[in-house]
Amino acid sequence: MIDQTENTPDQKAAPPPGGMDSATASELIADDVTVIYPTRGGEGVHALQNVSFTMKPGDFVVALGASGCGKTTFLNLLACFLEPTSGHVTLGDEPVTGPGADRGVVFQKHALLPWLNVVKNVTFGLKLQGIGATKRREIANKYLKLVGLEDFVNHSTYELSGGMQQRVGLARALTSDPKVLLMDEPLGALDALTRDSMQELLLDIWRETHKAVFFITHSVEEALFLATRLIVMSPRPGRITHEFELDFYQRFFDCRDARKVKSDPDFIAMREKILSIIHGDEVEGGQLNG
Amino acid sequence: MANSRKPSQGFLKNLFSAGPAKPGDAYGAPGMGNSTSIAIASAIGLFSFWYLVTMPAIGPLIKPLFLPSPGAVWAKFMLVATDGYQDRTLWQHTQASFTRIFGSFALAAITGIPIGMAMATNRVFRGIFDPPIEFYRPLPPLGYLPLTVIWFGIDETQKMVLLYLAMLAPIVLNTRAGVRSVAIEQIHAAFSLGASKVQILWHVILKGAMPEILTGMRIAIGFGWTTLVAAELVATEEGLGAMIMSASEFLVTDVVIMGIIVIGVIAYTFDLFMRWLERKLVPWKGK
Repeated sequence: MIDQTENTPDQKAAPPPGGMDSATASELIADDVTVIYPTRGGEGVHALQNVSFTMKPGDFVVALGASGCGKTTFLNLLACFLEPTSGHVTLGDEPVTGPGADRGVVFQKHALLPWLNVVKNVTFGLKLQGIGATKRREIANKYLKLVGLEDFVNHSTYELSGGMQQRVGLARALTSDPKVLLMDEPLGALDALTRDSMQELLLDIWRETHKAVFFITHSVEEALFLATRLIVMSPRPGRITHEFELDFYQRFFDCRDARKVKSDPDFIAMREKILSIIHGDEVEGGQLNG
Repeated sequence: MANSRKPSQGFLKNLFSAGPAKPGDAYGAPGMGNSTSIAIASAIGLFSFWYLVTMPAIGPLIKPLFLPSPGAVWAKFMLVATDGYQDRTLWQHTQASFTRIFGSFALAAITGIPIGMAMATNRVFRGIFDPPIEFYRPLPPLGYLPLTVIWFGIDETQKMVLLYLAMLAPIVLNTRAGVRSVAIEQIHAAFSLGASKVQILWHVILKGAMPEILTGMRIAIGFGWTTLVAAELVATEEGLGAMIMSASEFLVTDVVIMGIIVIGVIAYTFDLFMRWLERKLVPWKGK
């Protein structure tokens, strides 16, 4: 894991020269997937149309798009909460047929279990897998420390603030050591200040654990700041229209100043570019509906 | 109530129109304010009314046959508590009713919660159990009482069956509602942590349904007390319900009223206990 961390920037710059076997072993691939929700009229809503997509280990993929573009459908598909109408999803050459511990999920609403305290929520997956109490505690402490909640171990989850609840949800997803983290607008419900600090925390955790992350957001700035790869999706039918390789996360790691990164002319230019793409979709969508 | 509006319509105006909000109040929120003092006044008022209309000094306005005075009911309470009514003390009557109600309650909970879970999580079970439960649920227990006598005789079994049926439906229905109230995200989260279906059922759905299950149990025990008199109608002289029925036949009104008050106090106390239990067991409810 540590090796991968150090290799990542090179992987971004050029295709990995060696070690392809270990890389493909945990690639998450969506191959030509289509999802059609049945409607009463009969034709159905094409939530996703022929989407192909490969996520490599260490990728931080951010999906962005106007509402109704199939972002959440896509995430549910990768998590296997949903079966594609056609096409298939594979993780490391194995087809995925149901949700599993190899794909951790962080939800928009934290989805914690309120009858368990913080540490029991975090170790819930380990307990299900039959791991002993001492070992569970050890792993939990590591990840609670990582998300900065080591002082809230025995708190009830409903006593925590929204940002803390999301951090518990993140720690919970990390404890099962998934190959991929799927995050469905995890910061959407947070206030702007908490959101900014959570973005930095997320990047640090990503660098530390080196998970592949699939992250959905509505915020263009958030997307640009976090992504190694940004995919822009369009509605009707839902599909990936643009894809960008970004390095703003690296600039943050270099200078540790999120505001500086976000006020950089490159960042602003990119933001305007993305905004005009999404705005175009929304105008088009508005006309269709109108 | 002190308002600057016209005195003739001031009170009604105050009741039905939105007045200015005091600091800390939300303008226009229905039913604002504390009603405790009014509730206490209402209870004292009712009791005083009872006391006045039955006062021996002024008549009494209502004969003791119809409404005995509070003093007479209290005296009867002490008498039945020590000497007993129909050879059994109040404690023995209470004990008999307790055994029936809580025995049936335990049976209803042990069977009702799994049935409710099965109905909510499996279409086959839902299909099987939905018609019988939805059909018998609205029937008055007095309506199917004769049937329980024909089928189960006149001993304890019949009384337990009647109470069991009264308590089963609310437990089943609330368990179902509880399972439905579990957020799909919580289930998804558990699945993506590697949970099996059985683990989801036990660790997520049952726990998540707990608040509603407890509500169902609270309603059920209330139904149990409501059905008590019907259950003790046939072939028993023991139990609070039986005591009331027998006393009414002999027009011993003070025992009837005393019995009603005893049932009321026990049922209310138990409801308070259930609410306390709810706060202890499911402190996250509504959060």
